[in-house]
Order: sequence, then C-alpha cells, then structure tokens
Amino acid sequence: MSTAVTAAPPRQEGAVTARAPRTSPLSAAVSKAGLHVAVIALTLLWVTPTLGLLISSFRPGGAFTTSGWWTAFSPPFNFTLDSYRAVLGESDLLPSFFNSFMITIPGTIIPAAIAAFAAYAFAWMKFPGRNWIFLALVGLLAVPLQLTFIPLLTLAVHLGLTSGNTLPFGLNAGFIAIWLAHTGYGLPFSIYLLANFFRVLPQDLFESAEIDGASPVTVFFRLVLPLSVPAIASLIIFQFLWVWNDLLVALIFIGGTPEVAPLTVTLTSIVGSLGQHVEYLTAAAFVSMIVPLIVFFTLQRYFVRGILAGSVKG
Amino acid sequence: MGGLASLVARLQIDWETLLTVNLPALIVVLIAVPLVLFLYIMGTELIVRRFPKRAQPTVRPWIWVGPAILLVSVILVYPMIGTIIRSFFDRGGSNFIGLGNYIHMLSDGGVLIVLRNNLLWLLLYPAMVLIFGLALAMLADRVSYEKPVKSLIFMPMAISFVAMSIIWQFVYYYRPPDVPQIGILNAIVVNLFHAQPITWIQDTRFNNYALILIAVWGATGFAMVILSAALKGIPGELLEAARVDGANELVVFRRIILPLMMPTIVVVGTTMVIFALKAFDIVYVMTAGNYNTDILARRMYAELYAAQNHANSSTLAVILLIAVIPVLIFNVQQFRAVEARR
Repeated sequence: MSTAVTAAPPRQEGAVTARAPRTSPLSAAVSKAGLHVAVIALTLLWVTPTLGLLISSFRPGGAFTTSGWWTAFSPPFNFTLDSYRAVLGESDLLPSFFNSFMITIPGTIIPAAIAAFAAYAFAWMKFPGRNWIFLALVGLLAVPLQLTFIPLLTLAVHLGLTSGNTLPFGLNAGFIAIWLAHTGYGLPFSIYLLANFFRVLPQDLFESAEIDGASPVTVFFRLVLPLSVPAIASLIIFQFLWVWNDLLVALIFIGGTPEVAPLTVTLTSIVGSLGQHVEYLTAAAFVSMIVPLIVFFTLQRYFVRGILAGSVKG
Repeated sequence: MGGLASLVARLQIDWETLLTVNLPALIVVLIAVPLVLFLYIMGTELIVRRFPKRAQPTVRPWIWVGPAILLVSVILVYPMIGTIIRSFFDRGGSNFIGLGNYIHMLSDGGVLIVLRNNLLWLLLYPAMVLIFGLALAMLADRVSYEKPVKSLIFMPMAISFVAMSIIWQFVYYYRPPDVPQIGILNAIVVNLFHAQPITWIQDTRFNNYALILIAVWGATGFAMVILSAALKGIPGELLEAARVDGANELVVFRRIILPLMMPTIVVVGTTMVIFALKAFDIVYVMTAGNYNTDILARRMYAELYAAQNHANSSTLAVILLIAVIPVLIFNVQQFRAVEARR
C-alpha cells in the first residue's frame, strides 16, 4: 500500500539543507514571522479541544456548568478531583479498565505471533500459491469488517463463545470470541507489514545458517526475530492501540455486559447516562486516554516507523 | 496530594472479585497464550523432522502459514461469503428474493440520507485531511521546533474515537442564549460575532460537517507524519537548483514538490477513503444516527442489533463492500506494480 513511502526511505532530520529562498533580509524576516505565527496558531488550534477537556475535568461541577473552562485561569482558582473520584468510585469504569487489558493483551500477542510465523513463510519459504495468497491478503486489507459480523456472531453463539458463558479459571467466553475476532481482523495488515520487512533481510544470513544445519525454528527465533525488533515493536504498538481504542468489534461480540465491557463501551454508555453530572464525562474520557497516551508518548518513534512502513489497516 | 490519597481511599474496588477471578484469569492468559503459540511451532517442527528429508520443504511452509490462513478463512473469508449470500434472502432467511433487499433498502428515505452522508464523508474527509496534513508538514518542516509541534498534532491518533467525540462534545456544547456558553465554539459565536448560539450537533445545516471535522482533527496528524517523511525525501539540491533558476515558492511547490509527493498523497488518500466509508464510532457516540447524520456502518449496526433484521443488515454491509471495491482493486494493482519493479 504505502509503496512510495517504503521505496524512498526518509532522509535523516540532520540532512535537511537550508532551503531559504534568496530574498532581502527584511522580507525574509517578515515571512519568517508569518511562518511562526501560522505554525503556532495551527498547533494551538489542534491542542485546544483536548486542553479544554483536561482543564474541565479538574473543575467543580458548579463552575463547570456555569462558565467556560477558559475562565478557570482567572481567580478564584477552583480545582478539584471530584469528577475523577466520582467516575472511578461509582461507575463501571475501573472494571472496564481491567477488561480493556484483558482484551488488548491477547488481542495483540496472538495476531502478532501468528502473523510473524506466516510472514516468515511468505518471505523465505516456497510453496504453491504463495503469491496469490499474499495478493488475497492485500485485497482483504480494504474489506469492511461489517461484512463478517452476522455469520461470525452465529458461529460464536454455536460454539458458546458469548459473554454469558464462563470457562475454567473464571475466564469469560466472550473474551475468547473478541480475541479471535481481533486476531482475524488484524492478520492481513500484520502479515503485510512483517513480510515486507522480513524479505529485505540479507539472504546470505539465511544461506549460511542453513549450511550450518540450523532448523527454520532456530533461524526464526535466533535471526529473524532479533533482526526485526523495530518492525515487530511498531506492529505491536499499532495493534495494541487499535484494539484498546476499538468500539465496534467490542459492541458486536461482547455488547454491554459490564463484566467484560472495555473502556470504550463503558465510556459510550456513560455519555448518555450522566444526567445533571455531565462534568464527570470529562474525567472518564481522560481515564480512558491514559494508557494510549503513555504508549504513544514513550514509543512514538516506533509507532511512526510502523506507519511509514505499512500504511494502515482497513 | 491529600486529594489524591482520599481519591484512592474512596475507590470502591471489588477487591475480592479482582483478586480471585480477574487477576488469575489475566495471569493464566499471559502465560498460556504465548506458551500455546510457542509449543505449536516447536511441536510441529519435531513432527516435520520425522517426515522423509525430501518431503520436509513441502510440508513445512503450510505449518507456518497454516494458522494464519485458517483464521483469516474462518474470521474474514467465510463470513464475507455468508453475508453476501444472506443479502439475497428475505428476513426469515429461507426464501431467495434476488435483489429484493437492495431495492427495498435503496428506496428507503433513511438509507438515501445515509448514502448522502457517506458521500459527504467520502468527499470532505480525505480532502481536508490531505490539505491540513500537507500544509502542516510543509510549515513544520521550516521551523526548529518541528518535533514537539508534530507530536502534539499527531496525539489524537493515539486515542479512541469515543474519547475524541467526548472532547468535541464539549467544544460544540450548546446552552440557551441567556446563560454563559461553556463550549468554546458557541462562546466565540456569541461573544465575538454577537450571534445566537448554534446547536452544532442537532442543526442539520451544520451537524454533518461538525462530525466530519472531529474525524479530520483526529487523522490530520497521521497524514502529516507520512507526508512529512516524503517531503524530507525530496533532495534539497533539487529545490535549491530550481530557486537559483528563479522559480518562486509557488512554482517550486507545484512543479517539484507536488509531483514528487503524489504517490504518497495517493496512498494517504486511499487510506482516508476507506476510513470515510467505514466511519462508525463518532456518529454512534455523538448523535446515534439522529438529526440526519446517520452513515452506513452505524445503520448496519442498528439493523443488526436494534431491529434484529439480518436481511437489511447484510444488504447494507454488501453496499459498503461495493463502495470499497474500487479502492481494493487499486490497492492490489499498486502492490503488483511494486512487485513487478522488484
């Protein structure tokens, strides 16, 4: 998909040479000032909605409903944790936090591992139909998930993989259904991303390993995986954020059952049910954003690299 | 910090359930899932080694791609075919009615509004994301604080559409004209333009654009990051040479930068087209499809759950697929073109 991007690796930041056009110093200074104003204004425009919500989440209910969040900068300074207290103590938000991990961790590990196995075969093994199967996966990248819901739901009910059933170790069967769904939906993109990465690994490496008598399993764990850490890291971050932020697949496969509902589903149900305490919503939204924001700001480098290497999944 | 302590003290966590049910389940999952995956690949290798030496290279690839092919077949391909077939049967599922569902759906006034809205998303969303993304990539490229700027604009990409919707619900917040506005947009409308506040989410003149704008806000950083990388891939000497020859910035942009970036713009554009067609969360959270804002994916969900109508639901899903097919063909062609160049 992102053929152009992979074909031309981005130049290093430091390599950007001076590009200022030759003009008089005065007009250059004016256009430079205009540039800074434009960049800063656009950045502020982008940040303001989130900033407004963040400030609102620390304001008491009375102030929240009678004045805009921007008035909080002038006295009397009045901040409180009431909203956070309320949503964490009195709603289903905290169990949902746990459920989100319960869904997202296997929903990331399973597709990543199975995709890595498959990508290794696509990149370094010969088998009949290899190119056609890979082409079919590329086609599947664009297919809407909606097309799968009805038959898959029927199948899940047949197999007892619904949120009403409990399996050994207290594992809710609804989790299995949603892991499998996210695995299937995530595989085409994951295989595409990893196979593109695996097949540009140096061929001599594989040949010498083979001569030394290393089995494919050894080559995979000792050579391919260690050499592909950046690609695998970006895939894992991508899939993690995708599953963590998903609403639709969760609504379809586990619905609103509080024992299994992830943060997105609980948050959506809070939207309509707060009545006069609409300010709690601001805190709830931030609680749901904590994990993705931590992942994003600490691992941004890998995330960007993943985007550049594989475009996105459909 | 006293506030924080009391916050923790007040948490009404059901510790018993958490420690006896949830936590063991999570630990079992954390250990069992990777273990099963690892044992699969090790175990099958041991079995393959018992095969005759010449048969091994034939069998082995299927062991590695097997799980993926099986899961994709069961979770994507088989249900796809099932849904397409289902869309030609009546609500009960036993009588073949040909294109009956399609005729019924396309003559439903609500569905026509849905299609109009999807078209609106399809036209506005990719275009605005590309314009903002390209502008931001080019502007940020010229300042020394490019990195933090890009981080901040890229940030919405990490959060869910649900969280984005809540953020914007408070931007679009409406209160009657006689009380102070608490949403920043209406505060600007009232205080700066001295106009009546607008119900951005309900007013059918504005609401579709208001919803699309949320999605644009979320995706612009994504487009910016990719376009920015492509921009930095353009050799500086090329631009310098053009400028030395007397080309002004507009000419440099139109004749050099734009053509060289076109392949990347197309890639980002097709991704945005797919997103526009499949948009769901924002409309679901903001309006639940009311006030003439409904779109295909949300209507399909409503037919599936609220109406329990599998015939209508399947038909809408297939309409979604038909809309995506041009993009799908384009993707496959792009891929084959690259393969041919390898």
